[in-house]
Amino acid sequence: MDTIVKPGRLNESWRWVIKMAWKDSRRNRTRLFIFILSIALGIAALVGINSFKSSLVSEINNQAKELLGADLAIGGQSKSFTEEAYKFTSDIPGEKSYESSFASMIYFPRTDGTRLMNVKSLKGAYPYYGIIETDPPEAADQFKKGQFALVDESVMLQYNVAVGDDVKVGETLFNIVGKLKKVPGQTEIGTTVAPVVYIPLDYLGGTGLMKKGSRINQTVYYKIDDPNEVAETDEGFRKELDEMGIYLETVEDRKRDTGRAFSDLADFLNLVAFVALLLGCIGVSSSVFVYIKEKIKTVAILRCLGASSNQVFFIFLSQIAIFGLIGAVIGAAIGVFIQGYLPVLLQDFIPVEVNSAISWVSILQGVFLGLFISILFTLLPLLKVRKVAPLGVIREIVSKKSDSWMLSGIIYTIIFLFVWFFSKLQIGEWLEAFFFTLGIVAAFILLTLTGKAVIWLVRKFFPKSVGFVWRQGMANLYRPNNQTLTLVVTIGLGTALISSLYSMQDLLIQQITISGEGDRPNMVLFDIQTPQIKEVQEITLDYDMPIIQDVPVITMTLKEINGINKYQAISDSTLGYKKWVYNREYRVTYREKLISSEKIVDGKWRGEYQEGDSVFISISKGFAQGINVNIGDEILFNVQGALIKTYVGSFREVDWRRVQTNFLVLFPKGVLEDAPQFNVLVTKTTSGDYASRYQQAIVRNFPNISIIDLGLILSTLEEILGKISFVIQFMALFSIATGLLVLLSSVITSKYQRIEENVLLRTLGASKSQIWKILFTEYFMLGTIASSAGLFISMVGSLLLAKYVFEIPYAPNYISLIGVFLIITSLTVIIGLLNSRSVTNNPPLQVIRKEV
Amino acid sequence: MPSILSVSDLSKIYTNAHTKKDLKILDQINFNIEKGASFSIVGPSGSGKTTLLGLCAGLDQVTSGSIVLNDIKLDNLNEDQLAKVRNDHVGFVFQNFQLIPTLTALENVMIPLELRGEKNAESSSKDLLARVGLSERMIHYPVQMSGGEQQRVSIARAFSNNPKILFADEPTGNLDEETSQSIEELLFQINKESGTTLVIVTHDLELAAKTDHMIRLKGGKIISN
Ligand SMILES: Nc1ncnc2c1ncn2[C@@H]1O[C@H](COP(=O)(O)OP(=O)(O)OP(=O)(O)O)[C@@H](O)[C@H]1O
Ligand SMILES: [Mg+2]
Repeated sequence: MDTIVKPGRLNESWRWVIKMAWKDSRRNRTRLFIFILSIALGIAALVGINSFKSSLVSEINNQAKELLGADLAIGGQSKSFTEEAYKFTSDIPGEKSYESSFASMIYFPRTDGTRLMNVKSLKGAYPYYGIIETDPPEAADQFKKGQFALVDESVMLQYNVAVGDDVKVGETLFNIVGKLKKVPGQTEIGTTVAPVVYIPLDYLGGTGLMKKGSRINQTVYYKIDDPNEVAETDEGFRKELDEMGIYLETVEDRKRDTGRAFSDLADFLNLVAFVALLLGCIGVSSSVFVYIKEKIKTVAILRCLGASSNQVFFIFLSQIAIFGLIGAVIGAAIGVFIQGYLPVLLQDFIPVEVNSAISWVSILQGVFLGLFISILFTLLPLLKVRKVAPLGVIREIVSKKSDSWMLSGIIYTIIFLFVWFFSKLQIGEWLEAFFFTLGIVAAFILLTLTGKAVIWLVRKFFPKSVGFVWRQGMANLYRPNNQTLTLVVTIGLGTALISSLYSMQDLLIQQITISGEGDRPNMVLFDIQTPQIKEVQEITLDYDMPIIQDVPVITMTLKEINGINKYQAISDSTLGYKKWVYNREYRVTYREKLISSEKIVDGKWRGEYQEGDSVFISISKGFAQGINVNIGDEILFNVQGALIKTYVGSFREVDWRRVQTNFLVLFPKGVLEDAPQFNVLVTKTTSGDYASRYQQAIVRNFPNISIIDLGLILSTLEEILGKISFVIQFMALFSIATGLLVLLSSVITSKYQRIEENVLLRTLGASKSQIWKILFTEYFMLGTIASSAGLFISMVGSLLLAKYVFEIPYAPNYISLIGVFLIITSLTVIIGLLNSRSVTNNPPLQVIRKEV
Repeated sequence: MPSILSVSDLSKIYTNAHTKKDLKILDQINFNIEKGASFSIVGPSGSGKTTLLGLCAGLDQVTSGSIVLNDIKLDNLNEDQLAKVRNDHVGFVFQNFQLIPTLTALENVMIPLELRGEKNAESSSKDLLARVGLSERMIHYPVQMSGGEQQRVSIARAFSNNPKILFADEPTGNLDEETSQSIEELLFQINKESGTTLVIVTHDLELAAKTDHMIRLKGGKIISN
């Protein structure tokens, strides 16, 4: 008989638990809601980014052909396109288009402007998929039919050039028939860095830019209707082409590469969102901690009336779960909105157009995650519920049972593993994720200790002589039910996370801002051919500009390291030499003395080659580690046909941030003098006007010379950085908003602890202003301590980041630190005071009846 | 008459956590309560009345001796088994009412019934509240009621599970004389009507005199029975 009744009873009991959970929440809903909302924002950010990522991936898949513009592309540097290679490319069946591209100075005669641009010369019907977007649209086809050009839209705007004007590329004038708006597969950022000029391939010869020394990239685009044919070509030719230094790219390759690049971006944003989520978790955890403390009496009564400890535990667990679920659903809903905004925010970074389709998978994941973490992070305080004895109804008892250390240990472990695992998902590396998690744990411990120290110190050195209100306010820091620990940890951690985010951004900007101010050079001339050197120097001096550096550059490839060539290295990976080491082109200079931006860290620098001796070269330390060579190793270089055997004589430390011509590989005097080479000249201009006239003079005389205007590069970098930091700030906004919510919920929670006391004070005759002052003292102390502890942590974190990751000196931005400090402290005080308004504005009795 | 509660050789010792000194709160207590009787425990403050009551109701563990409640030996039961015993057989009324602040009067009364999974928890709780004269205040929260009203709610709650025995620890200690009078009357009336055994802790000798039996505690010992 019992067996029939039992399941019913069990069900009944569960129903009661849920019902109680719901009933009991009625008078606490605002609070439950606010602290659950802290999680919602983190979830929102995650769902938004993940849905965006999934629509981005599917867009990339859909538009992969448009990204490449063809079914297949084969390309490489023009020196690799030997007769043999050329035969390969023509043997592949299908419709073909040819593109040669290179960097060159172009000149706008009407407005007298010059600029380094990416010149692409095209022949054929490319793109076969997607379009070259132009204004007017028909210009995309028209330019191929004569001596016409398409010029990047923003460059035209910047140089005040209109459709119909001319542009001079090398020695040929082209008529501009359209503004170039979008090139297949290129992002807005890519266009900013290397703006494009299109000209027809048939006119390339006339520009005179195909001379030796110009580095030209050749690409052949194919339209192949039969997918099997693409696959066959891929299988048959890829390896052979690769050995010639020529790459083969299919739609699949492009899809994969693009996808990978943008999932990195999404992962970074996810990490920022995760920080917001963590912040929310900590907020929820601490609020629940206080919340449960207040529920002890209720628990004791329920236990006294015969509820089992499990039943009571599940009442509060399901209460948290219900609200966690609501929070997660709200978060996911906000996430859908964010997803709609992200494509706008990131449009400059992505090569495809993203229509935000709702990703139910991401939404479900978000809801589940929200539910999971709201439970995970509240289990610790909830466990206390199981330890409440029914005796509590008779008298307040100090809980003597603390045998749940094993359970809390397990929960701490799960939390640690969860944070580790989740940050691994975002960072990608187990070890880095581990350190990230460890950092958070360290911050947590440090803040807990700070909180404890504050309690101890205030009690120990209590200023007995100050006035009543100050004493009350200070005493609130250590009296029973104080909120010191909770607020110091949550506000402190929030401050630390947000301020670290900002200082990281500062570091990034700092790393790039090495502007051409002061005595630093700001203009670099490339590709000066040997016969041109003298004249270029003269022009430079004519314009009253210094020749800061004039160095020869020789390009070469690496043939063997210690006798190991590329094929041996590929077939036996245990040798430890990577393929790219052999594939890349090395730009090398020779000189007798080292320059100020480099110093020897290992071995000995031999500045001059002695007849009959070996050639000892110097390699940058970092690069040597990258290619895995040691002092004394033998390296065989191929210098445009001639083989030169060298030995690694020394390692150099190179300060790459100095505007100078720095080299990975440095030869001594006396070896490369007769090798084909070009020169690089570094100079400095004073005024912008002067700079442009100098550039024009050089370009008019030597169209093959490229000029890099560092001022222009810096402003471009700043523009890009501005866009990036806007994206970061958008994500940081979630951390900040979460931080505010956490602050709000902590303060609201604490309000309930203080209310009885404050009402009592009011009843005893304390004036409004006295209550305000007490509250002010308490929140001011808390805000000050918490935010300075947080800032301290973030400074230590930034210092470590600067030292070990960015490897630059860390100079804290004191103004922004003080700003953060003031903002957090005053927010704590303001929110604290606003929240306690009801205590002072309403009659005491009413407050008690309504709020307790 | 069969006994509902029998206490034999009961002692309770608290050990001070700091000084490690033993504090004997109850010393060799013996008594027996018959079913349906009314019973009072009196004595000066600090004599151990509340402690004794708590032990009898299974809210705390004895140091030595044993308690048998409705033929159930409480000594070896664990917390959840004790909870079940309380839910099945015991009712409580406290000096400071002990209502759950987040629940209405009606919901407070319903808890013991709901814990048992009873179907008509609501209607019988409403009846009970009507009996204590609170049919108008069912959806009020504890803070919205006076002390006397709150105590009446807790009496309704105490009787809601038809307990075999009801423990009341100074049920009128916080109330004025008139209200105390009516609360006392209510207790005795329901006690009679439902045949529940009533155990009252009080230092009001007038009230104690109304009960069938009385024990006097002093310094943890029974000085008269
Ligand atoms: N957990 C404890 N630890 C130490 N001593 C305790 C503890 N609980 C109660 N006592 C002591 O036991 C004695 C009896 O307390 P109890 O509450 O039973 O007295 P009482 O008779 O109910 O008094 P009152 O009439 O004032 O309510 C008191 O001296 C009290 O200090
Ligand atoms: Mg007592």
